[in-house]
Amino acid sequence: MIKSSLSRRTFLVCNLVFLTGLSLLCVLPILNVLAVSFSSAGAAAAGEVRFWPVDFNVKAYEVVMKEGKFFGAFGMSVERLLLGTLINMVLCVLTAYPLSKDSKRFPLRTAYAWIFVFTILFNGGLIPWYLAVKQTHLLDTIWALILPGAVNVFNIILMLNFFRGLPKELEESSLIDGAGHLKTLFLIFLPISLPSLATVTLFTMVGHWNSWFDGLMLMKSPDRYPLATYLQSIEIDLSTLRQLNLTDPDTARVVSNRTGRAAQIFMTALPILIVYPFLQKYFVSGLVMGSVKE
Amino acid sequence: MRVLKSFKRDYTLHLMLVPALLLVLVFSYYPMFGFVIAFEKFVAYKGFFHSKWVGFDNFRYIFKMPDFLPAFRNTAIIAILKIVGNLIVPIVIALLLNEVRQTFIKRGVQILVYLPHFLSWVILAGILKDILSPSGGIVNELITALGFKPIFFLGDNHWFRFTLIASDVWKEFGFNTIVYTAALTSINPSLYEAAVVDGASRWKQTLYITLPGIVPIIILLATISLGNVLNAGFDQVFNLYSPVTYSTGDILDTLVYRVGIVSAQYSVSTAIGLFKSIISFVLICASYGLAYRLANYRIF
Repeated sequence: MIKSSLSRRTFLVCNLVFLTGLSLLCVLPILNVLAVSFSSAGAAAAGEVRFWPVDFNVKAYEVVMKEGKFFGAFGMSVERLLLGTLINMVLCVLTAYPLSKDSKRFPLRTAYAWIFVFTILFNGGLIPWYLAVKQTHLLDTIWALILPGAVNVFNIILMLNFFRGLPKELEESSLIDGAGHLKTLFLIFLPISLPSLATVTLFTMVGHWNSWFDGLMLMKSPDRYPLATYLQSIEIDLSTLRQLNLTDPDTARVVSNRTGRAAQIFMTALPILIVYPFLQKYFVSGLVMGSVKE
Repeated sequence: MRVLKSFKRDYTLHLMLVPALLLVLVFSYYPMFGFVIAFEKFVAYKGFFHSKWVGFDNFRYIFKMPDFLPAFRNTAIIAILKIVGNLIVPIVIALLLNEVRQTFIKRGVQILVYLPHFLSWVILAGILKDILSPSGGIVNELITALGFKPIFFLGDNHWFRFTLIASDVWKEFGFNTIVYTAALTSINPSLYEAAVVDGASRWKQTLYITLPGIVPIIILLATISLGNVLNAGFDQVFNLYSPVTYSTGDILDTLVYRVGIVSAQYSVSTAIGLFKSIISFVLICASYGLAYRLANYRIF
C-alpha cells in the first residue's frame, strides 16, 4: 500500500468534516424543534433554545394529550394506514404479476400496462377529480382516503420489474405442477420477493401517514381529519393557542403557541422516526433490485 | 385468434387486473373526461356533460386574470431551479461519499441525509416556520449573532423563492444520491487498478473513470426531469406561502386550489389545471421519448 500524499490526506479530512456538517444539517432542525417543545414558553420566545431544552417541562405535551382532537386524528391516521396499506399492497402484487409476464406469453400485457402508465402522464386536474370522488358518495368516509389512491402505478412498476428479474423456470415449473397463477403468485413469487415487498410496503405506509391533502379535500368535518391534515390545519390557522384551550394561567405561562405547535409537529413525526431505522435497512436494496430490467 | 386463445388459458391473469382497472377507471379516467368542464359554464347539479358549453371563454378569462401569468412564471422558475439543484447537489455529494473509505461513517452519513425525504411537507413546513422565524428562530439567532440583520425567509419576496428551492434540495438531496451511489458501485474496479498502474492520481481517476461511469444515469435523470418543468411542488408551496409572498411564490397548482376550492369557480380552475396538464403531458412524453432514444430507457 502506497502511503497517500499530503494533499490526499488533507482532502479526506476536509471531506469528512464537510459530510459530517451536512449530516448534522439534516437532523439539527428536527432536534431544535424537539428541544423547543420541551422548553418553557419564555425561553423559546427569547431564542435561548438550541438543541437542548431550556427549563425542561412536558407541559406542552400534556396540553396536546388532553386535547381530544389530536387523538381522534391519530386514530384516523392509524386506521387509514392499516386498511390502506393492506389494500394498496394486495392491488399492487395482483396487478404487477400479470403485467410482468412476457408479451408473447400474455399478449394484452402491453395494452394493460399502458392503461396504467397513462394515468401518471395525464390527469384531469383537481376539480374534476374532486367531483368524481364526490359522485361516488365516499366523501367524509375512511374509504375516501383509501380508494382514490389505492392503485399506485409507481409501486406497481417497481414490483413488476422485480418480478421480471425472477428466473422464468420458477413460474414454468409451478404451472406444470398444476398450480394456478394465484397460487404461483402467493406461494412462489411473494416469498422470494420479500425485500422488494418490504420496501414497497414501508413506502406505502409512510405515504399514508404523510398524506394530508386528500384529508383536507375529501373530509368535510374536521373531526374526521387524519393526523397530517389536522396538523396542517392548525399550522395554517395561527390561533393554535385558542385551539389548544390554554385557559389555565399556570399552563399558559410555560406553554405557548410555539411550544405547543412544536410538540404536535414532533408527535406527528414520531411514528416515522420510529420506523425509519427499519425502513432505511430495506429501501436501498429494494429500490436497486426493483430497478433492474432485462 | 392468438388473443382469444390466451384469454381462455390465462383468464386468471385478466381477472387479477380487474380490481385495479376498475379503480383507475373511476378515479383516474372518469376525472380525465371531467376536463370538459373547462369549456363549460359548469353547474354542479347538471354534471360534467350537461352544463352550458362556452367554448374557449374560460381560457380567454384566465389569460386576463392578474394572477395567472405571474403564477405561470413562478412555477417555471421555481421548478427549473429545483431540477438543477436536485440534479447537481446529489452528484457532488455522491462523489464525495464515494471517497469515504470507513464503512461506518459512510453508513452514518447516509442514514442522516436520507431522513428528511421521509417527512412530509406539513411536518417540515412546521419545522421551517419555527427555525426560520425572525423572532426567536434559531437560524435568525445565528444570523444576528454573526452581526447581520434578521432575514424573514418566508415573508420577504427577495428570499422566498430561494427558501423554497434551498429547502427542497435540503429535503431531497440525500435520497437522490441513492441512484448515483448504486451507479458508482457498479463501476468495474479493474478500471481503477489499471489507472493506478498507469500512475493516475485520485483526481484523474475521478475525472476519467468515475464521472464517465455515471454520465449515462445523469443524462437519463436529467432527461426524465424535463417532465417536471411545471411541477413546482404544491405540498411545499401551499404549506409555506402566504398572501405576502404570492407575487414570487404563487404557482399554478396553488392558484388552481384557490380559484377552485376557495372561490368555487370550478370551470375557471379546471381551465388553469388543463392548461398545465396539457403542457406537462407534452413535456413528459418528450422526456420519456428522449430517454428512450438516448439511454434505451423504458418505463416498464
